[in-house]
Amino acid sequence: MLRILNRIARTGKLTEPLDTSASLEALGITVQRTLDARFAGSLAIRHIDAGSCNGCELEVQALGNPYHDLERFGIHFVASPRHADALLVTGVVTRHMQAALLDAWQAMAAPHLLIAAGDCACDGGEFGCSYASLGAVENVLPVDVRIPGCPPTPAVLLRGLLAALGRAR
Amino acid sequence: MSTALTDVTLLARLRAALPGRVAPPQVAHAEALLPGRTLQLQARDWASAAAALATFGARFSALWIDHGVRPWQGLALFADGGDYLLLHAELDSPNPALPSLTPHFAGAARSERGWHDLLGVDFVGHPDPRRWLRHQAWGEHEFPLAAPTQPPARTPADTTYPFTRVAGGAVHEVAVGPIHAGTIEPGHFRFATVGEQALQLELRLGYVHRGVQRIACGRDAAGLLRLAARVSGDSAVAHAWAAAMALEHAAGVTPPARALALRAVLAERERVANHLGDAGGIANDVGFSFAHVQFGALRERWQRRSAELFGHRLLFDVLTPGGVRVDVDAAAIASLRADHIALRAVLRPLIDIVLDHPSLDDRLVGTGVLSAGDARALGCLGYVARASGQDLDVRRDAPYAPYDHLGVRVPVYTQGDVVARLRVRLDEIGIALDLLDALLADLSAGATMVTWAAPAGGGTGLGIVEGWRGETVAYVRLDALGRVACYAPRDPGVMNWPALERLLPGNIIPDFPVCNKSINGSYAGHDL
Repeated sequence: MLRILNRIARTGKLTEPLDTSASLEALGITVQRTLDARFAGSLAIRHIDAGSCNGCELEVQALGNPYHDLERFGIHFVASPRHADALLVTGVVTRHMQAALLDAWQAMAAPHLLIAAGDCACDGGEFGCSYASLGAVENVLPVDVRIPGCPPTPAVLLRGLLAALGRAR
Repeated sequence: MSTALTDVTLLARLRAALPGRVAPPQVAHAEALLPGRTLQLQARDWASAAAALATFGARFSALWIDHGVRPWQGLALFADGGDYLLLHAELDSPNPALPSLTPHFAGAARSERGWHDLLGVDFVGHPDPRRWLRHQAWGEHEFPLAAPTQPPARTPADTTYPFTRVAGGAVHEVAVGPIHAGTIEPGHFRFATVGEQALQLELRLGYVHRGVQRIACGRDAAGLLRLAARVSGDSAVAHAWAAAMALEHAAGVTPPARALALRAVLAERERVANHLGDAGGIANDVGFSFAHVQFGALRERWQRRSAELFGHRLLFDVLTPGGVRVDVDAAAIASLRADHIALRAVLRPLIDIVLDHPSLDDRLVGTGVLSAGDARALGCLGYVARASGQDLDVRRDAPYAPYDHLGVRVPVYTQGDVVARLRVRLDEIGIALDLLDALLADLSAGATMVTWAAPAGGGTGLGIVEGWRGETVAYVRLDALGRVACYAPRDPGVMNWPALERLLPGNIIPDFPVCNKSINGSYAGHDL
């Protein structure tokens, strides 16, 4: 136990202040709703991999590491779409994930937000449409916010999510 | 166990076992399919060859159908240590069929079901007729890679898959997925349980089938590598290297020594990043958040350095046909070596804590035991195999440059439990750091790529590398214009997923996440 406490003390605080210098327009984000009022400053996200290569998942997971510490902004991931304000979709939408994605969206309470993260979800990326893939998320559901990148880095994801919250500036 | 030392190859033994039924050696493309030695057979002799290979103790590695040429070609890769044998048979055109390998090699079962779903190849004698990669978008006789199909606008959910039922009054089923509770890939797990104890687990995968084989067709070599890096994003370097090796074998192109050394640097960096992430993930799945946070921070720093020095946090698109797109100067080498020293210094006490913490031992030791027999029977790979007594690593057994000049130590444990799979990973981080230091200390001067030229008249090639998850295979056929006519990647996760079904019974459901994390199969790499 002492070793653990010692290590924690020596590690210190790694969490970084958010870099807000990059212009949000450059990230290609369109905030379609005024989210502050609707979500009271807190956003619960249900993530769905609809056909990703798992690169986006690694970077979404990295949002939780001590450098990024997503939860300090009031953003947290939840296990059920019924508890979520936003669906964060990564990957193209495969035919095999289409029904599950639509069901999850259906299960969410309004108002709800759909965030497409990564090039595949935004425009089909490297996979596009095929016999097995329906391509970008917007081919299946209306998308509110797009966060491009292959994969988007945690910093880009974070700024995109904050933009969605309407409080990045 | 290995017969490679006695210089009796699988090929020679199989020729002796099948007198008169083996076609004369096919010299065309024989070089390109190295390290596999190709043996051409009639399709009807496929099963006797498999039966003989099973008696030799060969390991089934991969199966694919080259559908970029008529007639289709069936290819099955087997290994014995570093001795690779490639069975090759032409398929009948109107009614493509092959005898099933599954009765002899359990690990071939889902590969055969997958190829049946995509192409309609009939694997005669296969014990399991259920669909695998093809869910409900297609009719019984519609095979999407074989002919254009018209799927419905909305694909029905795959709700009628006939899972193997366990009967009994106290037995109940737990259905999980395709969407899981965390930020992970989709798949379905069906548990049969009594109370908390799992009696059976059955996987249902294929949810992220994107059509990689079809999407690859018509691409040029550089386009193929972009796709290969995204077969499984956590294995971008492994799949890109396997595909690049296949392309380069097909074209007779040899990248410069510096390029190959840099590929190994990138591959070892990928190994370290993933093992750091998994070590934290395993701790997290039993609620030991201290180690999760610590390893997560180390992984983040490592990825940031990859971005600074090689341009991408996950090392996507750093390989190119004929070489690599990145280089390191003296300052970068010095800073990398300083990184390695710093990481070792931080890891040593951290590993001591993780491996000597009673409440962690309580959850990890003896949990999710995969027997050596099951690991061998399924053809498991990488850390999963090495934690269950299987002493295999392509970098040592069939070394490719630059590993042919490096001694690769291979950690092997026999317990087969979660902690053994964790120990293999932790050992491999240290070994990878040593390899990185050796590679950087002895980096050849010179170019980082040669000009790529597609083979005139087309060609085929095979690439086999040891990715962080294990042996990673790629087969490529190029047409006369240098475009991809067939790309068949085999992610090591394909061979490791069934291990989860073998090791789970007898464990409690709350230990499933940590068992799953300790295997960490790739859904994307499996589903393609």
